[in-house]
Amino acid sequence: MIRIENVSLAFGKTNILKEISVSIPKGGITALIGPNGAGKSSLLGLAARLLPLQAGDISVDNLSVSSTSGKVLAKKIAILRQDNHVGSRLTVRELVGFGRFPHSHGHLTENDHRIIDESLRLFGLTEMSERLLDTLSGGQRQRALVAMAYCQDTDYLLLDEPLNNLDMYFASELMKSLRNIADTRAKTIVIVLHDINYAGSFADRIIAMKDGQVVADGKPADIMTETALGGIYGFNIPVISVGGQPIALPFRR
Amino acid sequence: MSIAANQIGVLLATLVLAALFLVSLGVGAGDVTLFGLWHGTAELDLLAISRLPRTVAVVLTGAGLAIAGLIMQAITRNRFVEPSTAGTAQSAELGILIVTLLWPAASLGFKTLAASVTALLGTAFFLMTAHRLPPTQPFLVPLFGLVYGSVLGAVATLIAWQLDLLQYLSIWSSGDFSGVLRGRYELLWIGAFLVVAAWLVADRLTIMALGRDASIGLGIDYARMMQLGLGIISVISAVTVVVVGVVPFVGLVVPNLVSRLMGDNLRATLPVVAVSGAILLLACDILGRLIRFPYEIPVGTVMGIVGALLFLVLIFQPRVRG
Repeated sequence: MIRIENVSLAFGKTNILKEISVSIPKGGITALIGPNGAGKSSLLGLAARLLPLQAGDISVDNLSVSSTSGKVLAKKIAILRQDNHVGSRLTVRELVGFGRFPHSHGHLTENDHRIIDESLRLFGLTEMSERLLDTLSGGQRQRALVAMAYCQDTDYLLLDEPLNNLDMYFASELMKSLRNIADTRAKTIVIVLHDINYAGSFADRIIAMKDGQVVADGKPADIMTETALGGIYGFNIPVISVGGQPIALPFRR
Repeated sequence: MSIAANQIGVLLATLVLAALFLVSLGVGAGDVTLFGLWHGTAELDLLAISRLPRTVAVVLTGAGLAIAGLIMQAITRNRFVEPSTAGTAQSAELGILIVTLLWPAASLGFKTLAASVTALLGTAFFLMTAHRLPPTQPFLVPLFGLVYGSVLGAVATLIAWQLDLLQYLSIWSSGDFSGVLRGRYELLWIGAFLVVAAWLVADRLTIMALGRDASIGLGIDYARMMQLGLGIISVISAVTVVVVGVVPFVGLVVPNLVSRLMGDNLRATLPVVAVSGAILLLACDILGRLIRFPYEIPVGTVMGIVGALLFLVLIFQPRVRG
């Protein structure tokens, strides 16, 4: 369980997060949604100890992220941030293989290679595994980065807008893979999404943030309503039902 | 890059280095022949006192500088920086100058220590500033380095000029191996140990080049690795400046060339970078000895020209895709 208690964050006089308390139990996919600047990325960054905690406490399976060593946490929780600029000339396989670093420290075992192969297959990268990253398209590189995070084989996987740069096919493939991972490998996935229909279709739970606070939290069916979405995003979003699945239509006025 | 091709590359580079090593032993104002070595002690002395130490010094310096450049490029995530243009070498010069002023009789070892300390301070300031510059402007970092290095160099020149020490300063600011003798170069072996140390943390350095977030996410102690990298860069630069003087471009072009050919997985490429740095510097040193035989052109000058040419090739050659 990821337990977030009274977490606040401020840069200068700007309050990014205001006394957030929320728990994410083990298993399933939790989607973080909300307008730009709501503090979603900051919250993920704090949970993965990329930002120092200013106030409050965050623990992952009762390990406090501020006092537990980085080596231990790297086997517990993996994160993919947005804006990953990778300038290194590595092959896809090499990059994904670095996801094994917390376990193998660079000496890849048979088991490591098995997990690397599996990650490459899972994210449709097997064919391009020997290609250098700088020869890939933005979407292919994005998939390689997700595969690297997955390859870290942690119980908790935090993904900050992993659908960036992906076309519809790969976006939906990625979400299906994540759904599959969550169901069959008992992984806990927390994912920041901007397309709420992906959140509504694939997540078990949606947490909505706005102005540094949690404004809605519940099952997709509870959040994917005109009232709830209107409150979160501040404009009217019609929701229709397609085959029992609520679909938001933010482009229809 | 497959492992087999990689090993062939390392083997080939090592053979080239071995060949250059033998050539270097034979080239110089005094003749060394196999016949002479067999029969006389004078040629043996020449070899043991001058030629061999010099050749070893060039190899150690070339390898060390190339690795220092590689590490600096990895931890700043910028391909266009190297210690001799980003203030490290200039800080070291400043350190030696200060020691020479305050304690002229200081030993080579003490001078190295002082130079290492100032290099450490100067480089730490550079790295701190480099990390504050916006990552969207990759050329700001090397530009800042150039300006910063020039300012430090100007301060050193001003002090030296005021105190009539300009000639001393020119000894350190232009790399030259002609003064290397047995007993006066052994500090360079520190560089060899640091190259091995860098190789031991090669995977961590590769991950550092992926950025801070990726490093922390994979459980690397980012701050400590930063300090380690800073230490290796500073000490290698300081030892080089004290023993032979500033040698430009090795740290810039060698890592870039190897990266073009073999990628950036440092566990595989780091040994190649070290050997290639040694090859390039040794070739330049031999060239400097041959151009105006029996007189010499300092290796710093030769390297300046050869390095600049190689750098232009790097810029104008389209990136190899594949």
